[in-house]
Amino acid sequence: MATAATAHHEEHPYGITRWLYTTNHKDIGTLYLWFSFAMAIVGGTMALVIRAELWQPGLQIVEPGFFNQMTALHGLIMVFGLVMPAFVGLANWQIPMMIGAPDMALPRMNNWSFWILPPAGTLLLLSLFAPGGAPQAGWTLYPPLTIQMGMGMDFVILSVHMLGISSVLGSINIIATILNMRAPGLTLMKMPLFVWTWLVTAFLLLAAIPVLAGAVTMLLTDRHFGTHFFNAAGGGDPVMFQHVFWFFGHPEVYILVLPAFGVFSQIIPTFSRKPLFGYESMVYATMSIAFLSFVVWAHHMYTVGMPTAGELFFMYTTMMIAVPTGVKVFNWVATMWRGSLSFETPMLYAIAGVFLFTIGGLSGLMLSITPADFQYHDTYFVVAHFHYVIFAGSVLAIIGAVYYWMPKWTGHMYNETLGKWHFWLTMIGFNLTFFPQHFLGLAGMPRRIPDYALQFTEFNQWSTVGAFILALAQLLFLYIVIQTIRGGEKASGRVWEGAEGLEWTVPSPAPYHTFATPPKIR
Amino acid sequence: MAAAHGGYYLPNPSPWPVITSTGLFSLALGFVLFINHVAVGPWLMVLGFLIVVYVMFRWFGQVIGESESGIYNAQVDHSFRWGMAWFIFSEVMFFGAFFGALFYIRMFAVPWIGDTDLLWPGYDATWPTAGPQGLVPTLDEHPGPGQFTPMAAWGIPALNTLILLSSGVTVTIAHWGLLKDNRGQAVTFQFLTVVLGALFLSLQAHEYVLAYTELGLTLGTGVYGATFFMLTGFHGFHVTIGTIMLIVILMRILKGHFTPEHHFAFEAVAWYWHFVDVVWLFLFVFVYWLA
Ligand SMILES: [Cu+2]
Repeated sequence: MATAATAHHEEHPYGITRWLYTTNHKDIGTLYLWFSFAMAIVGGTMALVIRAELWQPGLQIVEPGFFNQMTALHGLIMVFGLVMPAFVGLANWQIPMMIGAPDMALPRMNNWSFWILPPAGTLLLLSLFAPGGAPQAGWTLYPPLTIQMGMGMDFVILSVHMLGISSVLGSINIIATILNMRAPGLTLMKMPLFVWTWLVTAFLLLAAIPVLAGAVTMLLTDRHFGTHFFNAAGGGDPVMFQHVFWFFGHPEVYILVLPAFGVFSQIIPTFSRKPLFGYESMVYATMSIAFLSFVVWAHHMYTVGMPTAGELFFMYTTMMIAVPTGVKVFNWVATMWRGSLSFETPMLYAIAGVFLFTIGGLSGLMLSITPADFQYHDTYFVVAHFHYVIFAGSVLAIIGAVYYWMPKWTGHMYNETLGKWHFWLTMIGFNLTFFPQHFLGLAGMPRRIPDYALQFTEFNQWSTVGAFILALAQLLFLYIVIQTIRGGEKASGRVWEGAEGLEWTVPSPAPYHTFATPPKIR
Repeated sequence: MAAAHGGYYLPNPSPWPVITSTGLFSLALGFVLFINHVAVGPWLMVLGFLIVVYVMFRWFGQVIGESESGIYNAQVDHSFRWGMAWFIFSEVMFFGAFFGALFYIRMFAVPWIGDTDLLWPGYDATWPTAGPQGLVPTLDEHPGPGQFTPMAAWGIPALNTLILLSSGVTVTIAHWGLLKDNRGQAVTFQFLTVVLGALFLSLQAHEYVLAYTELGLTLGTGVYGATFFMLTGFHGFHVTIGTIMLIVILMRILKGHFTPEHHFAFEAVAWYWHFVDVVWLFLFVFVYWLA
């Protein structure tokens, strides 16, 4: 029995079963990343439908109802389909290599965490084909609207449940891996920051995702089993959903962005050829952000009605988040200060990520001020704000991370010229899309409406042009990635001159199994 | 011997996770169709459920086989411990959502709806309530139509508290039995724990029947009924899962599994059992007692 069970593969099955049955962290990481890219294309297409409709005032291309389905699904897909799986994919590839572990702690469960995603994504998209279509309530799924929606809403609820199971299992695995699988001598305070930020993120996921599961469960029973959680006639309260949802929703923002902070903290020192400035303060700032993220949720609900004491409490706590975040931005800048800088594509993405995320952070600070938010609430200013946070923070970090680690994964260098083209096209597309939305929002254009007043036309047209540039630029990204997988200049083990860390001590491409025996830590 | 990378057991590629996912998909899709009255729904649910149960037998069976063959070293054991502990933490947060809902309703929503004659003069905004459109609470044992009786704390619920607390003690004594390699003690007290769990569940079921037939208290009885049945219902569901796990562990002890040093499965189930126990204490205080 013992010999049978331990008769293991250095080889692995080929063809489809390799991917279906795999227990290898690198294979699973690859699956996550490709799934994420596929979802990006689906969610991006929905964004293009939205932008195409907003090319002109009036209704031209789609029905208002379908427009609303697009805004709801675009949000859900980008959050749960693109950003979260992409970071879990990066975690899968990198964390075992960065801490000198042979694999993730629980490899079979790791496989399951991934393979829950495709059925969950299918359920999400099936909602489009249900009678009445997908929910038309935004990704926040507020009742009473979502109580009244058709069958599509039930698809989304069950999909959210499955996505949640996947996230919870994935987080458990990441925590167990980080706490239990580090090479001897690699103490917590010696861990690379990407590992640190993921440890904190996994904790956030475990605390927040089950609360979302509770919230959508209450929606489900209100819809089908006669409960009155969100119905005032039965003594319930629709506003309660918003509290429960945002108790999940705000930490979710940090779930999306903390791993991005980790990526920035890996890339910037490498291309500055200097160690990260203020390592310890980075760790403590990460933890402070995580803690604060649980006591700020109602800043999404200033206009819904709350006692003044509540408004003030959530305003001050929200502003406090700027402090640890500011510490991080300061540390990144200080890392670059007097560094021997070079600007390869990953570094460009990291610097742009930090810079643009800071813009998003500052507009967030504006939104945190209760009386000011009364003006900005539910306008395009909010849309601009969170795209500067989530696209510029998370997505740019994901793309940068792919450029940074792809030579290690594939053994080939990507085409630097094309990489720079991709970067600049992305920058132009992104800023052209979202910067004008600040002005639109301040001038009063509401979000999630397929029509708008005439005077908003010009900015909207810039925005639409930008969106198409941004989308097409990502096809270039796909081309670069495929080209790099297929061939190209051979990458050295170290890959980057200034790279530090265990993942750079193994050859490129990294062997199927790395660190079968734990490395020695100085 | 490639599996034991530096002693850490890495499993071979496995078909079970992806098959579980197909089962889960069938279950979820079937459920959506079922609640929307599409005829094929229940069949898909049954199919999905069977797949999931089948895989659980095979997957857990494989894990138990591996465990008994002694290839899990202390580090693997540690991974399982972290895994179970953080899983329970996520479960705590799941219950937290419903307790949060209960507190919000009781502290804010209900008083606000009764504020300053918002609805009509004399509207009674006290807990328990089924809301302005709902039934009227009464303390009468046999409410008439349009009335419901809230669940009293000091009958069955108090007895159930005693039962669950005792089961926490018996499972600990069973653990001591395993530690001393005293199988008789382990079996006896594990069996007692299972009996107490089953007793709790039957009393809970009896309470539900009573609520529906005599107290006029249902899932649809406004926000009181909703919070009452969702909290106790999810708890009861967890006790059911826990009892099944206790039975599996009992059978494994009878089969001679576990050693004084190596019995994580037992401990995982015991942790889980303590978790449902603690949730119940909160339920007893905030759902039954302070109603
Ligand atoms: Cu927030």
